Order: sequence, then structure tokens, then C-alpha cells
Amino acid sequence: MIVGEQKPFEEIWEMVKDHKQLTVFGCNTCVAVCHQGGNKEAGILASQLRMRATQDGVDIEIVDSGIERQCEHEFFTSTEDLLVKSEAVLSLACGIGVQFMAEKYKKTPIYPALNTTFLGDVIESGHYTEKCQACGDCVLGVTGGVCPVSRCCKRLFNGPCGGSSDGKCEISKDLDCAWQLVVDRLEALGKIDDYEKVQPLKDWSKDRAGGPRSFKLEDF
Amino acid sequence: MTELITKSRLEKVLKNGHQAVTSECGPPRSSDPAHIIEKGNLIKDYVDSVNITDNQTSVTRLCSLAACIHLKQQGIDPVLQMVVRDRNRIALQSDILGAASFGIHNILCLSGDHQSFGDNPQAQNVFDLDSMQLVQTVRHMRDEGKFLSGDEIKVPPDMFVGAAANPFGDPFKIRVPRLAKKVACGAEFIQTQCIYNVDKFEKWMEGVRDRGLDEQVYILAGITPMRSVGMARYLSKNVPGMDVPEELIERLKGVEKNKQSEEGITIAVETIQRLKEVKGVAGFHIMAIEWEEKVPEMVERSGLYPRPAVD
Ligand code: SF4
Repeated sequence: MIVGEQKPFEEIWEMVKDHKQLTVFGCNTCVAVCHQGGNKEAGILASQLRMRATQDGVDIEIVDSGIERQCEHEFFTSTEDLLVKSEAVLSLACGIGVQFMAEKYKKTPIYPALNTTFLGDVIESGHYTEKCQACGDCVLGVTGGVCPVSRCCKRLFNGPCGGSSDGKCEISKDLDCAWQLVVDRLEALGKIDDYEKVQPLKDWSKDRAGGPRSFKLEDF
Repeated sequence: MTELITKSRLEKVLKNGHQAVTSECGPPRSSDPAHIIEKGNLIKDYVDSVNITDNQTSVTRLCSLAACIHLKQQGIDPVLQMVVRDRNRIALQSDILGAASFGIHNILCLSGDHQSFGDNPQAQNVFDLDSMQLVQTVRHMRDEGKFLSGDEIKVPPDMFVGAAANPFGDPFKIRVPRLAKKVACGAEFIQTQCIYNVDKFEKWMEGVRDRGLDEQVYILAGITPMRSVGMARYLSKNVPGMDVPEELIERLKGVEKNKQSEEGITIAVETIQRLKEVKGVAGFHIMAIEWEEKVPEMVERSGLYPRPAVD
């Protein structure tokens, strides 16, 4: 899923404080799982903004709402009227949702309440970690199911750097060395000899480097 | 003697069957080359070739290529260190040609320390290739006379290709396979991480010999003298992938503060003498980090002086 973190409150307040009306709009899928951008969080953020407005004597009407997903047209039906009438929207979606709305409501300012941080999982309640960078050419089949692009700080394809120490990465003792994990997995799979297969130069044109990516199903 | 492939002095020394001695200098954080020229000249007659580091520990410095050119002009055989952290494959290939155009005949292919250690932790990192793929790239350019794209290079770069190995990095069980992989990619010489845990290094060498890798690549053992017990403690605690045994720290602690650096040199000399006898050790890479003036003494005391005349 997509993981995001709420921006510092001050930064949010500075973005929105000059409007007369603001809709604080949650996105109840990915970013709800990490308790940052769901409809519940939209409600809480709206109350905080109202309190701040009262404190500073700022006249701004704040409404909160949300939908299941801000990245697909069909989910917007129930909130269409509210959004069309909104002077500005503070979206708690990831960067995709924010842009989707900006395209949909061409004259309405849409502000991001979150920093979209990574594609990750929930390793335990309240703890999210990065697992994928959408590089466009998955190598998990040869790395024992551990992604060197997102999990190795140097995205090395042929083994650990010299800094791997006691299973941890050279940049932090709190970070697992991806290559230690790859080696452990290959061993568990009885495929440790595969480590010596040299991985070819990566085609980064399928990654961000190749420009914005898209794909289209012809029969739809 | 095995056939010479390049004009590298290092290659000649090794292929003539001598134990090679290389050292390394870090370029200045300034546009004034005087310091690096001075350092180069200080060690010139005591080593076969001199590495120039490439923005080591990710701290911005005068570039490795320019510093290599300065040394080359002093009659030194430079080893261009090149990290894949800061350059994509276009820049790497371009710098390789640039270096070769100045008669720089050695390259050491490295991944590079992470930028979070340096003066620009906010920097983007590149890592388009990894260090093994850089080895493959240089070999491809040299041997096939082609760019990675397949386009022809009219005058291919004439370079002896090296890589690093850290026998002390984890996981230990793949440290020999990792060397095998570098050899398979085309590495012709290896410079290792600083060796303090000699037993562990010998164990690694045993694995290297078992697979006959010492017959396929020249392994230069990395040596860095300790200047104080403080340095030993620092390396042991703060540098990932560095193995400093407790006995060594104790030994330095046992001598007076103003004699510790001398003791550090003695330890380094003893290490070289012990490793000279280890089958498969083809030479030494002395990294005397900002203490280049001690290199001549270490080389002499280790019985590695004078250096063979091969040119
Ligand atoms: S220590 Fe491991 S995860 Fe960290 S950069 Fe090196 S190989 Fe990658």
C-alpha cells in the first residue's frame, strides 16, 4: 500500500489559513491503514484547524468529509456537490489523490495534508516499512524475494557492500542490510549458489528515469 | 611472465612476479593541487602505484581524475578510484575515456560510502550500476572496444581493472563467493579493506585459495597503521565492516601515549611481514590516511624496498 505521513500542523495551517471555506477530505484506503489520511483523521485534523482558527481569530468555515479512494472517478459521486461548492480542499490522500482531484476540479485549490512517503507494508501494528520502489522491472525472483532497489541504500544488485555489519546496514544500526536478508533467504531456499549469478545492468528506463509511466488495457 | 595487457606499471610489477606495493592519497578540499603533488612525491619511490580516492566518505573534494593527472605529471602511476554513487553509466564511461586520454592506466571500481556520511547528506545518489557492473563496463570498453550501447570506441581505454574486497564484511559466508563474482566480472586486481584481524583474513584467504581465485586475480592486502589507541577504538566502534580485535587495542593501550603511533607502525610492519608469507597475497595496499610521510618507513622496514624497476 501507499504510506504517507501528515505534514507538520504549522505547514498545513500556513497553506490554508487565507481561505474563507475549506473542505478537509479523507481518503479511506491506503493512508487510512497507517492512520494518517483516512476519513477519521480528516475529522480530527478539521477540529484542530477549527481550534486554531478560533485562537487566531481567523474567519474560515471548515467542513470535513471523505471517500474510499481519491484516485478513481466512481468514488466521488456521493461528495460531488460538496466538492464543487468548496472554495479549497485539503486532501489527506497520497500525492495521487491530490493530483486526481486537482485535475477533476480545475479551478479549486487542492492542498496536500500528507507527505507521501513510500510503498510499504504493516510489519506490526503502527509500524510501516518501505518494500518497493515501483522500478518497473521486478527482480524479486532472483533475490529471494527481498527487494534490493528499495531496501538496499545503494540499490546494489550483486551483493552486499563492504559496510554490511552484523546484519545491519552501514548507514544505521536500526536498518537491516537488504543483502543479509537476501543471503539468508537464498540459504533457506537451498539456492545460495544462485548468489554467484551476475545480475545484468538494470534497465532504468522502466523506472522514474524513463519519464512518467502508464499503461492501457486495449479492450476496456 | 603472463602477457601484459595494458601500460599500467602495477600490472607490470605483478606480472613480473613481484609483490606490489600501492598506497593512496586523498585529494584536497580545495582547488590547490600542491598538497596532493607533495604527498605523491613523498611516496613516489617507495610504491609502484598510487590510488586517488573519489570523494571518500562522501565528503566533497577535488576530483579523483584531476588529482590522478597531477600525479601522472610527476611520473607516478595513478590508480583512479571511481565510485558509482555519483555518476550514471554515461558519466562513468565518459570519465573512463577521459582518464585513459591522460594515460591513467589503472582503475579501482567501488560502490562508494553512502552520502549520509558526508558533507551533503541531502544529496541524491545515483547507483545506476553497482561496482561489479562497473568492472564489467571497463572490461567491455577495453576488451571489446565498445560502449555499453554497443557503439564502437575507436581507441579503447587502456586500463588495468581493480575492485575492492572486504573480508570482514558480513555475511562472512558469501565473502569468498563475492570475490569470485568480482573475478567473473573481470577484476584483475583486488585491494582489500584494512586488515587488523589477521587470523580472519587468513581464513578468508584459505577460502580464496580453495577456489583457486588467487590464481585468477592479484590480491593486495590493505594496511592502515594505527596512530593511537583512540583511532583503534574509533575504527572498531564506528566504521561498519571494520574488524579491530581487542588484543590490538590492548597492545596500543599498553604503551605510552607518545609512543603509540610508533607502535602502530610496528604492528603494521609485522602484519605485512606475516602476510608476505601467505600464499595468494600478491602485494600490499598501504592506506596511511593523511600520514603519507610514514609510508617510506613502513615499506623499508617490511623489506619491500627498493621497488623493482619495470619501466
Ligand atoms: S550495508 Fe547492505 S543495505 Fe546497506 S548499502 Fe550495504 S549492501 Fe545495501
